[in-house]
Amino acid sequence: MKVGLREVAFARSGDKGDTANIGVIAIGEIAYPHLVEQLTADTVKRYFRAVCRGSVERYELPNLCALNFLLHESLGGGGTVSLMLDAQGKTFAAGILGLEIDVPKTVIDECRQISAGNLPGRGRGAPGSVR
Amino acid sequence: MPEIVRVASGQGFWGDWQEAPKLQVRHGPIDYLMLDYLAEITMSILQKQRQRDPSAGYARDFVPLMLELAPELIEGGIRVLTNAGGVNPDACREALLAGLSDVRTGRPMRIATVHGDGLMDRLDELLAAGHELQNMETGEPLSTIRDRVYSANAYIGAEPIRSALQGDADIVITGRSTDTALTYAALAHEFGWGADDWDKLAAGVAAGHINECGAQATGGNTLFDWRGVDLLAPGYPIIEASADGSFVVTKHPDLGGRVTWATVTEQLVYEMGDPRDYITPDCVADFSTIRLEDLGSDRVRVHGVKGAPKTDQLKVSIAYHAGWKATGTLVYAWPDAVEKAHRADELLRGRLDALGLEFDEIRTEIIGAGACLGRVASPPQNLPEVELRVGVRSSDREAVERFTREIAPLILAGPPSVTGFAGGRPRVQEVMAYWPALIDRDVVESNLRVDVREAAP
Repeated sequence: MKVGLREVAFARSGDKGDTANIGVIAIGEIAYPHLVEQLTADTVKRYFRAVCRGSVERYELPNLCALNFLLHESLGGGGTVSLMLDAQGKTFAAGILGLEIDVPKTVIDECRQISAGNLPGRGRGAPGSVR
Repeated sequence: MPEIVRVASGQGFWGDWQEAPKLQVRHGPIDYLMLDYLAEITMSILQKQRQRDPSAGYARDFVPLMLELAPELIEGGIRVLTNAGGVNPDACREALLAGLSDVRTGRPMRIATVHGDGLMDRLDELLAAGHELQNMETGEPLSTIRDRVYSANAYIGAEPIRSALQGDADIVITGRSTDTALTYAALAHEFGWGADDWDKLAAGVAAGHINECGAQATGGNTLFDWRGVDLLAPGYPIIEASADGSFVVTKHPDLGGRVTWATVTEQLVYEMGDPRDYITPDCVADFSTIRLEDLGSDRVRVHGVKGAPKTDQLKVSIAYHAGWKATGTLVYAWPDAVEKAHRADELLRGRLDALGLEFDEIRTEIIGAGACLGRVASPPQNLPEVELRVGVRSSDREAVERFTREIAPLILAGPPSVTGFAGGRPRVQEVMAYWPALIDRDVVESNLRVDVREAAP
């Protein structure tokens, strides 16, 4: 079913010059393959087309069940050159979580259980359990 | 060799919470306190301060903090690693030594400074010797903007800090050390890691990355259950490292904040580029090899980190003058707040145009109606109020000055329901642009010097 990305992931964003980075982290390991499949660089570029003037690169971190996106030419020149209110891309993380994703209900349920603290997060008490 | 070395983070940038380092010292045992004060733009600000006053150019807040903590640092056997020296580590030390003469510390403190990262005085010599210092993003040689350069510093690694620790320094003050080196230098020193122990150094880099932004690793700024974290008095991160490079991220138990797989992962991906290629002066860390194990009770174990040999070059952070800018704001209220703000913006632009002023950029944002995320977040209809924010940038200072005098007239000669001009005319700011470059590491490292001095008893 279609839900906002925030149901199955969380994120953090920052800057390097005129490039914003957004790390997107799956809440449950079970959600990660769906992020890899649906959260392509093209999808993210389209979603942020109002702010991202350059290309979008994607890196996979299966060990952390995370994807790292680099949004080039997105911060109005970056640093103190930028006239943007959010010249460091700090709000991009919350922004990307509004993207829509199509995942099975079981995935959503498991992520909700983890968010509510009813299920352990990744790697709790089990060395090496994180791929 | 100790079994565990505890490196506590006390400051993630200049302006971070002043109580954090005190809480780190007072709420439980630690071995090292790392204090990161420098961001890319900080060096140029400090350079300007030093030009005006030869005894300035460092993070001033550091000195009173140390004077307050000095007796407790000695008593607890805690050593301090900081890049508070900015562009003038000597002046930072002199101020500290002067202040320490009035503080009873039991035994004289030993203060080390690290020199040699500053390249400003050597810039012409380096350019003449064929070091082009090309912009890493555009490929342009530095000669194109040489006369506008304000500051130039190489990012240096752990070796000089280790030397200072071997010289029994209690406090090590550096200039542009990398943020991460302030953590892993302590580990390399205590555990005797070799300069080619790439995996251990890479683990240290991961530890340093977790420490370098303070509370951002302990629940600050978290998007995972942000409502549930108590941030009134957050514990900043503490790295409990072992000789093999594995470590536990934790915090003092009686402080707020939270350490879980989620908070640590968030900080790990912060400001990340290619995760397999995290380049530092001492190694190249591969963040795709990091393994996390949430042990519960605010303890997350980190292990498995792999590293590769260091590169032949160091990164250089150069700041140069790139014109002037100013930002003006006005608030427009209901009804039709957004429409009124847009009308005011049209008038403003029209008047600037009629004056024949030239700007490199004019940017309009309507705060409250999508200034941060544009069309990503959808604004509700007929907002109670919005803030019009217009910024301009130009190489012509006069044009920017004139812009600052065109905001207030909109209050009477503009759309209705306007307020929020209490701050007065906008301030003209100098634009300091960032020029990242690379330089052969020998050029910098052959010039590094460590100097340890003892405070008067």
